[in-house]
Amino acid sequence: MTIESQCEEHPPSTLTVDGHALRLSPGHLARLAGWGMAVDCVAHTYQPEDVAGIRAVFDLARRAGRPVCLRGGGNSYGDAAILQDGVILDLTRMDCVLAWDSDTGIIDLEPGVTIQKLWRFVIADGWWPPVVSGTMFTTMGGCAAMNIHGKNNYKVGPFGEHILEFEFLTPAGDVTTVTPESDPELFYGAIGGAGLLGVFTRIRLQLKKIYSGLLSVEAFATADLQTMADELETRTEKMDYLVGWVDCLADGRAMGRGIVHAARYLPPGDHTRAADTLNISAQELPDKLLGVVPKALLHHFMSPFINNVGVRAINAAKMHSAALQPRSWVHHQSHGGFAFLLDYVPGWKLAYKPGSLIQYQPFVPREAAIAVFEDILRTSQQAGFPPYLGVFKKHRPDEFLLSHAVDGYSLAMDFRVTEDNREKLWALTSRLDELVLAAGGKFYFAKDATLTADNASRFLGEERLTRLRKLKHKLDPENMLQTDLSRRVFGKMEIDKQ
Amino acid sequence: MNLREKCALVVGASSGIGEALARHLGRAGYRVALVARREDELRQTADHINKTAGNEAAFVFPHDVRNVDEVTALFERIFETLGGLSHVYYVAGVMPDVAADEYNFEKDRLMVEVNLLGTIAWLNCAADLFNRLKSGVIVGVGSIAGDRGRKGQPIYNTTKGAQAIYLESLRNRLAVHDNVRVVTIKPGYVETAMMGGKRNLLWMISADEAARRVMLAGDRSRGTVYVPRRWRFVSWVLRAMPSFIFKRLEV
Repeated sequence: MTIESQCEEHPPSTLTVDGHALRLSPGHLARLAGWGMAVDCVAHTYQPEDVAGIRAVFDLARRAGRPVCLRGGGNSYGDAAILQDGVILDLTRMDCVLAWDSDTGIIDLEPGVTIQKLWRFVIADGWWPPVVSGTMFTTMGGCAAMNIHGKNNYKVGPFGEHILEFEFLTPAGDVTTVTPESDPELFYGAIGGAGLLGVFTRIRLQLKKIYSGLLSVEAFATADLQTMADELETRTEKMDYLVGWVDCLADGRAMGRGIVHAARYLPPGDHTRAADTLNISAQELPDKLLGVVPKALLHHFMSPFINNVGVRAINAAKMHSAALQPRSWVHHQSHGGFAFLLDYVPGWKLAYKPGSLIQYQPFVPREAAIAVFEDILRTSQQAGFPPYLGVFKKHRPDEFLLSHAVDGYSLAMDFRVTEDNREKLWALTSRLDELVLAAGGKFYFAKDATLTADNASRFLGEERLTRLRKLKHKLDPENMLQTDLSRRVFGKMEIDKQ
Repeated sequence: MNLREKCALVVGASSGIGEALARHLGRAGYRVALVARREDELRQTADHINKTAGNEAAFVFPHDVRNVDEVTALFERIFETLGGLSHVYYVAGVMPDVAADEYNFEKDRLMVEVNLLGTIAWLNCAADLFNRLKSGVIVGVGSIAGDRGRKGQPIYNTTKGAQAIYLESLRNRLAVHDNVRVVTIKPGYVETAMMGGKRNLLWMISADEAARRVMLAGDRSRGTVYVPRRWRFVSWVLRAMPSFIFKRLEV
């Protein structure tokens, strides 16, 4: 079955009134934060509904002499989708499914379509997004620009490897259709290009066929990071998703203990309830805890635990309950329930208030990874900043220009930021950067809030930076596309020095 | 362009508490937008502020708060002129004399327009802006008269009561933002033109003293602030009083 556009004809773009272009009015000013709330900006924000609207925003910004920052769901932890005093081009209103072929699983999407909208649209036909983030509120444009990865990164690569084709709009207003064959340099540069080269206006994705709405999941405790890595390695072939939760407050002999969650798709015929589970309601996360407490309130009750003592207690409880389960315990869980852990408690980040959080996620090659991660945990603990959440994943390299992937592992760690600790925490992460860089590690711009320009060029290397500058010069010679992140890690891009 | 900090808007700045407040804000280093009907009075106050500040710190925007249709555009113009906006004070208010047996709709309409509709028109704009910026302070100057329905001033009491409820709602709406505060000021008797030259009323304070306290509340308070503070106790007693007693009182 093939479905052509699901969208009504767009209403006329709201960015021009009777043919008169809008001005930068205070009515469009807003303070926008990174997802972790630790960094923010004040900027004029526009939400175009079509390509003409995007062009109008670029015109407006050009006339006002302001740079433009692309923004989707705003789920990047740091400053990847904010720009102080800039013009924010928010693409969330361009959220149409343009075409869908349920026989081949090929779908054409506008950049503002969220993973939530995507999976809800296709699940009844037996398909699932090939790569998803820990939250379903990321948009296609954001997923492509940051080239996100999931718990299956070691097996299927990042989001970009499932993009067959995209339409790309440059700040000058030209639109081109790009495939890996038509223009590999642009294809592998724009995906993962952090929104600095142009706007994805249409993305064609190859989805993953599924035969059940449930996954077979195995969960068990591990004593340290090396054991966790070994357990992941033995499951590489058999399992489709692998992730480890790490108790980052445990020290001494318990250092690096955690819980592994491994999941695999159910093959056709393996699961008799397929017809009952391939639907939206079987995937939705419950909105009440124990059927009674609205989860939207939960973050208030979590707040008292967001400190060293509270997190230590919660982590210990998690470890003990995992230890109580039989080692061979295998259960079924919905794709949504397994994938979107970050959405399980809505607004949980608010428990960090009045503070905020940053995530630090280094990617380190296999040989050095465990030693580096243990060093990082020890250094953070000694500095008085134990991470409150640790997530361990396995990765494989990919071909993208600004790739963060390695043949190895990553450990994503949440750090609490307060007014008092901010400076010390930034100093700590720069020490951690040294450990990661010395081991040939990499960083991920969707998470980053602290990396310096020097360290960014050390992990990317001069060759890649030169290629990036060349692309930037070709696609955006006016340097219109910027973000607070690009200013921080690339400076002015020195596009003329290509 | 970074947004400037310490930028204040005072609606009702041509006399009384509003005028004194504008001067206090000017002295405290704020850029101040003065809004009121009487341009000459505004200019005098602005000149005084500018002279004290030594630079152009006060800006005059003649406007009759009954012209609610002008507010959105004027609010944007003020924001752009100041280069930011951190504090919005609504101080405009009228209380014409009303005889004990008088039911004069024109007077009543005036009070509803100035005291209530003006508050809503201006503070809606402020709430929308501060909601987007996730920071800012809204101060509405009401009155202890809004705490009960008295014999003497049915509509004045009504407008001040409704204004207090409106401000409470704004406060609750904006409570999601740690850096947005909505303050309700309830002054007792203040020596202003509104009091028609009456003096020696209970705990009466000067407009200057009232303005000083309003500015202090704008700097740090949340919720409702009585000016002076002891009126809170009086108000508590009055609100707790049963109707059959209250209606016999001459307050």
